[in-house]
Amino acid sequence: MTSYDERLAAFVGRTLSEGTRAQDPVNVPMIRHWVEAMGDPSPVHLSEEAARATGRDGVVAPATMVQAWTMRGYARTVDPAPAAGGFAELVALLDEGGYTSVVATDSELDFVRELVPGDEISVDEVVSDISPEKKTGLGVGRFVTTLKTYRDADGAVVATQRWRTLRFKPAEAPAPQEPAALRPRPAINLDNQFWFDAAREHRLVIQRCASCGRLRHPPGPQCPACQSFEWDTVDAAGGATLYSFTVAHHPRHPAFDYPLVIAVVELDEGTRLIANLAGIEPEDVTIGMRLELDWLDADPDLTLPIFRRATSEED
Amino acid sequence: MTALSPTRTAGSVTVGEELPELAIPLTRTLIVATAIASRDYQDVHHDPALAVERGSKDIFMNILTSNAMVERYAKEWAGPAAVLRKVKVRLGAPNYAGDTMTMRGTVASVDGTRVELAVTGTNSLGPHVSGSVVLELPAEEVSA
Repeated sequence: MTSYDERLAAFVGRTLSEGTRAQDPVNVPMIRHWVEAMGDPSPVHLSEEAARATGRDGVVAPATMVQAWTMRGYARTVDPAPAAGGFAELVALLDEGGYTSVVATDSELDFVRELVPGDEISVDEVVSDISPEKKTGLGVGRFVTTLKTYRDADGAVVATQRWRTLRFKPAEAPAPQEPAALRPRPAINLDNQFWFDAAREHRLVIQRCASCGRLRHPPGPQCPACQSFEWDTVDAAGGATLYSFTVAHHPRHPAFDYPLVIAVVELDEGTRLIANLAGIEPEDVTIGMRLELDWLDADPDLTLPIFRRATSEED
Repeated sequence: MTALSPTRTAGSVTVGEELPELAIPLTRTLIVATAIASRDYQDVHHDPALAVERGSKDIFMNILTSNAMVERYAKEWAGPAAVLRKVKVRLGAPNYAGDTMTMRGTVASVDGTRVELAVTGTNSLGPHVSGSVVLELPAEEVSA
């Protein structure tokens, strides 16, 4: 047993609170409030006549309401008294062990007699057991069992309540998942959509004038040489040469890895396009180096060509 | 409120007898009204935003009310002369606002005038409360 366990074990048998008095004696208005809210069907809680008809001397409070009389009420809930005594010490020790959350799991009420208006109730609470650490659905914790004893003004026991709470370490809330930053969206329109559609199929296409056969990039509706609006495409083979490049350091965008090599790539077919270079340090990049096509599936909606150093210098 | 049975007598009860089901709609008003009636001002029983902040999906019924619902269910069956001797519950899935709790029960044992009921209250998430009630029933008809 660890010293922490021993310190907890020392609480077994200790009184957590003693003589906590109800703010008001058992009374009909509070019984009415309870009976109405709970939907309690029995007339013996409000009607003297009905109560006498069952052999009682007069109205009685609902049995499980015994716990309500000594509740601390609104003012003490929103502005608790400074913690003191056995209960505060136990809570502090449980906090020290990380058991900061609490949920009630079991209640066993034994009723000695029915309460009647005028009864002045008080309650004592004594620790009867503190379990070893257990794994539960809520997290690891310890079951703390106490015995609450409810007494009347003469000190006679009117009810007891075995009360079990789980004091647990709240399961670590999963860290809020930052959605991965997406690359800026390309401005796709009717004139260039074919190019991005082909990219999603890992095809690098080049627009070709259907009239004069000239290749062009970036995509556009009209041939700059012959002004024809007719066009088709050819697939690039993937071989290329580095025409120019720059290295972006700032400002940074969370979707990119830095240092970011941005290249003007000349395809073997003759057109140039702007793309990122991957798998190469900026100091190893040289104008004129041979490149080969690869693909970046950036996100479900965006695939882009990237280029890597050619595996064979001359292909 | 459902109708109250005339008081049962111990002799009229048989072990294994089933209590009629009782479906309790867990309206927001019920959750709040019962919490306040039991003098329980914990925010998770009346403030939806704070309940969500504390990891619940909505406000939920407090324990005193779970006990009271078990008492109510037993008394609707047993009638007004019955005296409760014990209410023992284990708590499970929370009773969130908007759900319905269905109470079911059977007579578990009869010992003279003492009758023990096994009671469960189940909502859409599973058992909210399961336990037992011990009642003292009159041996004979009470003449009103």
